[in-house]
Amino acid sequence: MTFMDVLPVLLWSDVLVWLLVLAGLVLGALSWRNLPLRAAWRRVGRSRPGMASATVLVVFVLIGLLDSLHYRPRLENRDPGQPVAYAIEVLSVLDAMASPLRTRNEKTYSGPLATRAYAKESVEVREADGRVSTTRDFPRLKFGGAHLGEAEEKRDADVLQRVLAAEALALAVLGIASLGSACLLARRQGVLARQAWNRLWKGETEFAWNAVLLTLGFLLLVWLPVLALCVDYHVFGTDKVGQDVFYQILKSVRTALVIGLVTTLVTLPVAIMLGILAGYFRGWVDDVIQYLYTTLSSIPGVLLIAAAVLMMQVIIDTHPQWFATAAERADLRLLSLCFILGLTSWTGLCRLLRGETLKLRELEYIQAAQAFGVADLRILLRHILPNLMHIVIIALVMDFSGLVLAEAVLSYIGIGVDPTMISFGTMINNARMELAREPMVWWSLISAFAFMFALVLAANLLADAMRDAFDPRLAGAS
Amino acid sequence: MLAYIARRLLYAIPILIGVNLITFALFFIVNTPDDMARMQLGVKRVTPEAIEKWKTERGYDKPLFVNGKASGAAMLTDTIFFTKSARMFVGDFGRAEDGRDITREIALRMGPSLAIALPTFVLGLFVTVSFALLLAFFRATYLDFWGVVLCVAMMSISGLFYIIGGQYLISKLWRLVPISGYAAGLDAWKFLILPVAIGVISGIGSSTRWYRTIFLEEIGKDYVRTARAKGLSEITVLFRHVLRNALIPILTGVVVVIPLLFMGSLLTESFFGIPGLGSYTIDAINAQDFAVVRAMVFIGSVLYILGLILTDISYTVVDPRIRFDR
Repeated sequence: MTFMDVLPVLLWSDVLVWLLVLAGLVLGALSWRNLPLRAAWRRVGRSRPGMASATVLVVFVLIGLLDSLHYRPRLENRDPGQPVAYAIEVLSVLDAMASPLRTRNEKTYSGPLATRAYAKESVEVREADGRVSTTRDFPRLKFGGAHLGEAEEKRDADVLQRVLAAEALALAVLGIASLGSACLLARRQGVLARQAWNRLWKGETEFAWNAVLLTLGFLLLVWLPVLALCVDYHVFGTDKVGQDVFYQILKSVRTALVIGLVTTLVTLPVAIMLGILAGYFRGWVDDVIQYLYTTLSSIPGVLLIAAAVLMMQVIIDTHPQWFATAAERADLRLLSLCFILGLTSWTGLCRLLRGETLKLRELEYIQAAQAFGVADLRILLRHILPNLMHIVIIALVMDFSGLVLAEAVLSYIGIGVDPTMISFGTMINNARMELAREPMVWWSLISAFAFMFALVLAANLLADAMRDAFDPRLAGAS
Repeated sequence: MLAYIARRLLYAIPILIGVNLITFALFFIVNTPDDMARMQLGVKRVTPEAIEKWKTERGYDKPLFVNGKASGAAMLTDTIFFTKSARMFVGDFGRAEDGRDITREIALRMGPSLAIALPTFVLGLFVTVSFALLLAFFRATYLDFWGVVLCVAMMSISGLFYIIGGQYLISKLWRLVPISGYAAGLDAWKFLILPVAIGVISGIGSSTRWYRTIFLEEIGKDYVRTARAKGLSEITVLFRHVLRNALIPILTGVVVVIPLLFMGSLLTESFFGIPGLGSYTIDAINAQDFAVVRAMVFIGSVLYILGLILTDISYTVVDPRIRFDR
């Protein structure tokens, strides 16, 4: 496939995701120039749980970024005279990479690594004398373990062989990575490679290399076998319509990241601006802004979200002409959910920033700046904003996990993302009746919960590490 | 004190008006009644007559703020804003899509909601405060470390998992209590015990961690050192000094939710089939019953503001230094 064969599609959430990456880089660069913040980043780098969870999060983010490059493939054109037509289906780079997972759909439920379906069906069997009879049996899957052919009993041996090969590869990669980082460390510190190796594993380095390497090793050991298996098996089974659960999980990651990060991004400017203005100018500005956020925060969050999402749904449903593809409609719903979640969550940050600004404006250096006749805007941007950065950073990471969890609940209630968009919430919602089935179907639900747990746990641990590092009250204590 | 409460109640009025305006804007200006009618009647092939009929039936055919056709006071009263929004201040929420009176429904459903929310709240508070005190007592030991790890892990698990897992384990596998349902009177206990237990467990993670931090902050203060220097046992110090002084930050988070208990929990009630206000709201959301959602938003805000006032009052009770009657 060449570049000309596709029509790039820029969804609004893609734009925001990449803007977010850019903003993250700019914010990182800015805070690196600020000495106290740089010290705080160093403290984060020293924290072993923090760096281990950051490694996990980086993997999630990479999956999400791959899933944020969208395009529409060109349709096969038999008639050369006709204009080029593109498929109505919007795919992402991740879809292209995972196309075996995406396209190999079974008929219905099948267990993890299964070669046969989960429920009995009437199957036609051709007997030795040529007669065709129907019996009830578990039908063979179309794709799960298809390469085995008739020799299904070889599945266990095949799985074991692939797992072992993948583990060997994982260990090799881990070994090279740790040797490489030891050598790098040795060159930077000017010591022997052996000493650097010892320091690395004893945790005597400035940066928590041992945590990163161990986490990386763990991830490789778990995920290389899964990758080796997923091309020919459904590692986490298939759902009701036969779609691979592993593929759904991969797609859910982006939705969760967009909800968790874009929400904060869109609220950040409002919260920062209003918070600073209220704290700095006081008087009637303060009264108005306080009234605004007190009123908004008096409405219980879920209800405000429910009301706003219902209204959004009405707008989307009554204006079908706005959207060229279903993906764009789902995307707009996702974005509006982000805005709505943001509407309810900016008040907390705004209150914090107002309080801190009130404190800062009484400090001598601000009063000196005022006495010198520095313009208010300049004081706000140069002297107040940089000193509020730690609160913003802490709020950003602290909100993330809550938002990811909220998405699942909201989608369950029916006011979350579009039902056609794959997310942890819609997966759980689709699978909720499966535990009541006989025999029970557990893999879809458990996989969704397990991955959500991993994501949220990593986010919580990183948030803790960053709060400890950035909060000046806590930084002195540890 | 009374003057203070009166002042706070007066202060609540502009906020309630603001809430009312926000909901009004959301439900009538962002989406005109025409849009709502089209949504309810189906987007395609809907005649203007059908829309008009739908609007007249529900009283949405009036002008938004000022009725030019009417005269006198009716100019302001015969409008959507007055009949649909302003009437909420006197507890008149109108009718739901199915024609039932919302005010009556709410009064009926408060009981079951409270039957679940109150035990969950009280038990949850007791369990988390005890657990946090335990962790504070064994601070800087392995017990504390793993306790915090457990808390972080527990708060990373989705609330849906607790409910689905609990229902599966207790009701389906072990068949101890019914999966869902509700009975009036004393028989309710067997329907209540599982949701209450799940509610308590799912709240342990974050609250315990929060209370532990508060306790540890108090433990570092001088008066605690003095108490220890007097020779008081650690238990006495914790219960008589630390716990009592930590009450203020704990109250901030706790008292404010007490009035909201009436609203019930959306998730728990809908999973366990309890006919409370939470499941009422969810049903309304799923049926896109705007009148009910609007009513619930308004009631929720009233209760929240009530909670804020209660919080301030409770401060004066636990801390005699705080006085509001200036």
